[in-house]
Amino acid sequence: MTAELFIQYLFAGITYGAIYAIVAIGFNIIYNTTGIINFAQGEFVMLGGMISISLLPFVPMPVAIALAVILTMIFGALLEICFIRWLESPGVLRMIIITIGLSILTREVALHIWGESIRSLPYFVGDEITTVTILGARISPQVLWVIGVCGLMVVFLSVFFQTTSVGREMRACAANRKAAILCGINTRNMVTLSFILSAGMGALAGCVMSPITSTEYDIGTGLAIKGFTVAILGGLGNSMAAVGAGLLLGILEAFSISILPLAFKDAIAITILLLILFVRPHGLFGSSAAAGLKEF
Amino acid sequence: MKKMLPLAVVALIVIAIQVITGLTDTRFYLTQLTMSAYYALLIIGLCVVMGYAGQISLGHAGFFAIGGYVSAALTTRNLVAHKETGLVKMLDGFGLLVSGQDIYGDAFMAVTPWTACILAVLCAGLIAWILGIPVLKLKGHYLAMATLGFGIIIYRIVLASAYFGEADGISEVPGFTLVPGLTVSGDFGAREENYYIAWGLLILGMVLLRNLIDSRVGRALRSIHGSEEAAASVGVNTARYKLSVFVLSAVFAAVAGVFMVHYNGGIGPSEAGVMKSVRYVAIVAVGGMAHIWGALIMGIVLNFLSLRGVFGSYDDAVFGFILIAIMLFAPNGILSLNWRASVERLLTFANLRKRPGDQTDAPS
Amino acid sequence: MPLLEVSRLHKKFGGLHAVNDVSFAVEKGSIKAVIGPNGAGKTTLFNLITGAEAATSGEIQFNGKAIQGKKPHQIAACGIARTFQNIKLFHDMTALENVMVGRHLQSRAGFMASMLNLPWTLREEKQIRQKSEELLELLEIADYADVEATSLAFGQQRAVEFARALAMEPTLLLLDEPAAGLNISETAEVGRLIGRIRDFGITVLLVEHDMSLVMEISDEIAVLSFGQKIAEDSPAAIQDNKEVIRVYLGD
Repeated sequence: MTAELFIQYLFAGITYGAIYAIVAIGFNIIYNTTGIINFAQGEFVMLGGMISISLLPFVPMPVAIALAVILTMIFGALLEICFIRWLESPGVLRMIIITIGLSILTREVALHIWGESIRSLPYFVGDEITTVTILGARISPQVLWVIGVCGLMVVFLSVFFQTTSVGREMRACAANRKAAILCGINTRNMVTLSFILSAGMGALAGCVMSPITSTEYDIGTGLAIKGFTVAILGGLGNSMAAVGAGLLLGILEAFSISILPLAFKDAIAITILLLILFVRPHGLFGSSAAAGLKEF
Repeated sequence: MKKMLPLAVVALIVIAIQVITGLTDTRFYLTQLTMSAYYALLIIGLCVVMGYAGQISLGHAGFFAIGGYVSAALTTRNLVAHKETGLVKMLDGFGLLVSGQDIYGDAFMAVTPWTACILAVLCAGLIAWILGIPVLKLKGHYLAMATLGFGIIIYRIVLASAYFGEADGISEVPGFTLVPGLTVSGDFGAREENYYIAWGLLILGMVLLRNLIDSRVGRALRSIHGSEEAAASVGVNTARYKLSVFVLSAVFAAVAGVFMVHYNGGIGPSEAGVMKSVRYVAIVAVGGMAHIWGALIMGIVLNFLSLRGVFGSYDDAVFGFILIAIMLFAPNGILSLNWRASVERLLTFANLRKRPGDQTDAPS
Repeated sequence: MPLLEVSRLHKKFGGLHAVNDVSFAVEKGSIKAVIGPNGAGKTTLFNLITGAEAATSGEIQFNGKAIQGKKPHQIAACGIARTFQNIKLFHDMTALENVMVGRHLQSRAGFMASMLNLPWTLREEKQIRQKSEELLELLEIADYADVEATSLAFGQQRAVEFARALAMEPTLLLLDEPAAGLNISETAEVGRLIGRIRDFGITVLLVEHDMSLVMEISDEIAVLSFGQKIAEDSPAAIQDNKEVIRVYLGD
């Protein structure tokens, strides 16, 4: 493998890894606040891409993206309010099935709105053959956009959770819901907020990756699985670890092309998922005590 | 034998339907009813795992696919090229192969349908056993994801592998002669025969499962679902029971797959897809997790409607919707619907009624 | 040789030393109580004996054989039954069915035999049902046999759990706070029942807070405090033990 090829694979891995990390963080945020795994997480990504593409003929791209993110956030809030908010202590099984149902419905509605066609946003800078040279390899600038935007989102979230009062309230809610209520925190709004945040992040990621990966109605499921794998890999609820785990998976997948037939690339994530679940369900960085605390 | 009465009633209805379709020249309904019966076989097996043992499986279509694909591949892949190998000679010696000519007149050798059936079901059972040992230690989300992942792997394998026909699947699958005179095949002339074979199999499956549920094993399973810790404390080997019932349900699914593939004459990757697995879970949920009769009825009704195209292009959406609606309003299934409680739930939903524990103002 | 022998048992949860070097023995046919203030480690001790938790170190011998490290269902198979502090009945099953599960180890029907309804399994089912009904009679809740177990009143649920444990025909019965939540007359009933259980030849080890019950029925009492055993003696001696009094009432 030449040095240039290596660098290209590496960047491809980091790019996809960044997306997986964002999806994983979306899972973590909702999981931390509610204990629910939101199987519809991937659909947020899909919606971001699809909506922005649809708006493109009417408004400039940055506006289209902003609107897509906002609309997806509203969608996320609606999901929570209509289907999750008013459930009284639902069992785990019920929640799993509900969010799966939501994922399917969203997908099917998307199918009926946008059809089966594959679309994508135009490249932010230049077109598909524009390249910049990094470390001797020719990389599409869109890759830098993806990595940059995802990185910024992670930084923003860190700052949000550590410094803002709302962020702290969400963390309180995640740590101990009853205590948070006693402190006067409106936990139900925190839950909605977690959905809004996850939806927004997913949507933005969906927009920024669209030129590279294209968008179609059913990309959600695959992303959700990979995002979940990454979340578990880093330890469910641990978003910093999710970043590392995401990059790890992305790079593994990218380099696997040089060894395995392309068709099996997707199988890698699932194999890793199963391995982790069997061997170390609390992830590479989690602890089994912490995993036990989030009771099922 | 009083508890066999419902099954006797079912048998009568089955016969009645066949006679009626014959008289009203609507025999084409029999095709969908036959297929629905095979799907229902998978569903009642899944019901026991999910409802009675309390283990969710989002990958059961995978076992159906293993059964169907293995049987299809073994009965259609020509072994003539390997005629001289030890394995083929041994199989032939045991009479497990069938020779003849394919449609082009060339020599053809493949596994007999009975052998293929047994091998396919064994394969599914073995995989379920191997998968089950680690997977069933997981709970909740982890278990759901692991079974989902399993289903997807099967899907990817059949989609990517030339032996399994890639995206086109396998076709030209021969009929399966159970005993001389009873053949599972897609032959239009044999519609009635196939209808009775399918329903006979389903009724047999119901008998076995009903016996199981009412037995010591059934109680042990229900106790695991009731309180795993207490079950272990009275001596129930919870891990082994969960595994055994998981394998049993995989066997049911695989048998359904085998029979279906010989009936349809073929199989495609979509049978292994996530959507199918989700559909099966939806049906079990609607029927009531721990109500095997509910699962049976819903299995027939919903599959029949789907196969007849009643849902049109919204097929998957309908099942997604059913999942949500049932989980929101009738989590114990439609048959156990408590109407008063549901109305109260609806009112809560529309915010016309406060929930206990609702937070209004922050405490001072 | 004592029926149950616990030697130098330790259980740590991270920094918490829940059971700290506890040793004691239970003689066959006796009734032994373990008491102590809340948080003393009594339920953890039970969980260690029944295999629900794994000990950090130490030995547990039952009938001369080491049982530490065994899984709960294996320990049940050795002849040890238990009840739970917060009653764990099987929901969606009737009281009778709950007790019938208790007969699990006394019966054999497996998957194949059950599915095919072989004649011997039908006979076995009859026996299981009969024995279970007798136990419900014994505990005077036969009227509730076909009621869903978790919808029964608290005292009746306790009785069902008792019946389920007795259905196992155990050699040793572990009772985790059997009188919790019961009033005076119900507690007296429990005392009488435990006496009858002893008459059946079953050894009893119980954890309990109700002092009158403990003093009334126990042959011997062990006292735990902060995970350590601070006394082990006859009820009369325990009542006079200064250390025990200090632990319960303060200085």
